[in-house]
Amino acid sequence: MAEARTELRSTAALRDTMSAYYKTLGDAVTTKSAPVAWCTSVGPAELLRALGFAVHFPENHAAMLGAGRTANKYLPVAHAQGYSQDICSYLTSDVGAYLAGESPLSAFGLTGVPRADVLVFNTNQCRDVRDWFEWYGRQWNAPVVGINSPRSVGDVTDAEVDDVTAQLEALVPVLESVAGVRLDGGRLAAAMKSAREASELWERCLHTAANKPSPFTFFDGTIHMGPAVVLRGAPEAAAYYHVLLAELEERVRGGVQAVPGETLRLYWDGMPVWGRLRALSTTFAEFHTAVVASTYCNSWIFSMLDPADPWRSMARASVELFIARSDGPKERYIERMVELYDVDGIVFHDCRTCPNNTNTRYGMPRRLSDKLGIPTLVLDGDVNDLRCFSDEQARTNIEGFVEQLSDARTHASRVTR
Amino acid sequence: MARFAGVDSGSWNTKAVVIDDAGHVLGTSVVRSGADLTVAAERAYAEALAAAGCAAADVSAVWSTGFGRNAVPFANGSRTELDCHGRGAAFHVQGPLVVIDIGGQDAKVIRIDANGQRLSHRMNRKCAAGTGSFLDEIALRLGIDTAALDPLAAGATEELELSSFCTVFAGTELLTLIRSGRRPADLAMAAYRSLMKRVIAMDVFEGRVVATGGVVAHHPTMVTLLSEATGTDVIVPPHPQEMGAFGAALAARDGAVSVGPGSVPATPRTTTPTDADDGD
Repeated sequence: MAEARTELRSTAALRDTMSAYYKTLGDAVTTKSAPVAWCTSVGPAELLRALGFAVHFPENHAAMLGAGRTANKYLPVAHAQGYSQDICSYLTSDVGAYLAGESPLSAFGLTGVPRADVLVFNTNQCRDVRDWFEWYGRQWNAPVVGINSPRSVGDVTDAEVDDVTAQLEALVPVLESVAGVRLDGGRLAAAMKSAREASELWERCLHTAANKPSPFTFFDGTIHMGPAVVLRGAPEAAAYYHVLLAELEERVRGGVQAVPGETLRLYWDGMPVWGRLRALSTTFAEFHTAVVASTYCNSWIFSMLDPADPWRSMARASVELFIARSDGPKERYIERMVELYDVDGIVFHDCRTCPNNTNTRYGMPRRLSDKLGIPTLVLDGDVNDLRCFSDEQARTNIEGFVEQLSDARTHASRVTR
Repeated sequence: MARFAGVDSGSWNTKAVVIDDAGHVLGTSVVRSGADLTVAAERAYAEALAAAGCAAADVSAVWSTGFGRNAVPFANGSRTELDCHGRGAAFHVQGPLVVIDIGGQDAKVIRIDANGQRLSHRMNRKCAAGTGSFLDEIALRLGIDTAALDPLAAGATEELELSSFCTVFAGTELLTLIRSGRRPADLAMAAYRSLMKRVIAMDVFEGRVVATGGVVAHHPTMVTLLSEATGTDVIVPPHPQEMGAFGAALAARDGAVSVGPGSVPATPRTTTPTDADDGD
């Protein structure tokens, strides 16, 4: 009988941390204790925190809709407004939920998504985030500002960093006007320091999965990354990752396995399928396969943030982001991860409505498989729209992949015996 | 003589095969899957046993495959249809080879190396185009049985194109062609050509190509078109429709490692990321 998975004790602290964050956000709305800014998940959160904004991350909200499997209820509402079913289902589920007057944030005392005083995007991810924010900007007559980042960046150049640096600096007068305060360099440095510290701790948490067996999986990471996303630039994020890291290191010392009987190790590239996190986690675990690392969870590691050089280091973090890069740097990155985590194969999620975070459509899986000599699997699905995901097809694909990897290992051992 | 059996619980049909320890086929059967996959599996197995002239007690092991592989309670193990079609094809044809399996609900392309090991697989996306269901839809539009499509296509003289990606759109396109006076034979051939194009776009076809599944078993036109498109004589092994069940029987014979929940105890999960939790 397979050994049962054991609870990560840190989950309780995670819930407390996230609840406190949502409560602070709610307080900002109800008591007007702070102006509210919306920020894309890799937008200039440090700058917003330094100016005293309460920061809402709509991608986090959309992921809650996906994970709670309510997204599909809201998608048609946005489609009816002319927002296509082929565009980002984060955007469409979030807008649909707003129009329906519903939100999972009600569990934390909010009546819905917090009304924004300003919306700040960064297109380093995609154009959809800007369209998303502009929809709300029109609803509330709120200013929409942001960074138009270079996309498909090869080797990062000074010109690209200069460009984004200038755009970041140009945001300051607008944001100061909305916040009603002048930017304090000391507060910005403190936010940068907090973000850097949390990033380093989060990276160390993720790297514990390089151990065999791994104490942590991609599926765990998608949940425990919450503070890295919504509390970037706030000290609470680092505080949480001290707790998580201590537990993961304890697991490593004690040989506690995230997937009991781990026999295969995989890397995940692309978005999670939020509405099927548990199902996929269970399926892989049934096959004694640990998905130990992912591009997605790694995307909130910002090692370049430097409190001594805030503007250029924020710009560099924006430009160097995986999703903003061309296939060459992306492939080199995944190659490093394959080596670091010593995986047997790579799973690519072809996310129907998120082409920008899908790396299957220009031949990458086959190139990497040929170069690295390990198999790749492409799973069709979507981040939030479960109509694009087939449980049975996914299961057969995964099981078939596990069979292939297991047979190859058996064959290799027979040959070398 | 030891005997082994395989049951392929497919979306449309359930197939069963009984083999001896040398891989000779002793009996086969194909029954409609219907709504109760377990009943269909039991029936298919009973009919295959009868065709083989033996009883269940004479069979050393039964393995299941297909999308309903976990609904075959009497199976001793299971492998995916990706494994079983590849395994069955590799029994007949020395690798390296590429296996095309076109079933009622999905199409698969499986690459096998010289040692019979699977190198990769691809399945069609969640869509009827590129599967047997597409032919059913086209036959319906033409007002004929699916079985009549292949003889009809034999009389094709004009090359027509169904260019739509989507089965529903292709059906509409077909109606437009009917209204413009095109011959049913040419339309039937256009449907096969459309299906072929979807399948050959799934992978690169080099070396030996083997075709299995119900579509190639009942629609020889598909084999001709696949041969033309791949530039090689596509090989159709014996019992192409039952190839998955045959592969499952071989897996039973070979003592393959079953990774499915039939042989690996489900892992109790007291902790996992809960779907209602937060994320980004």
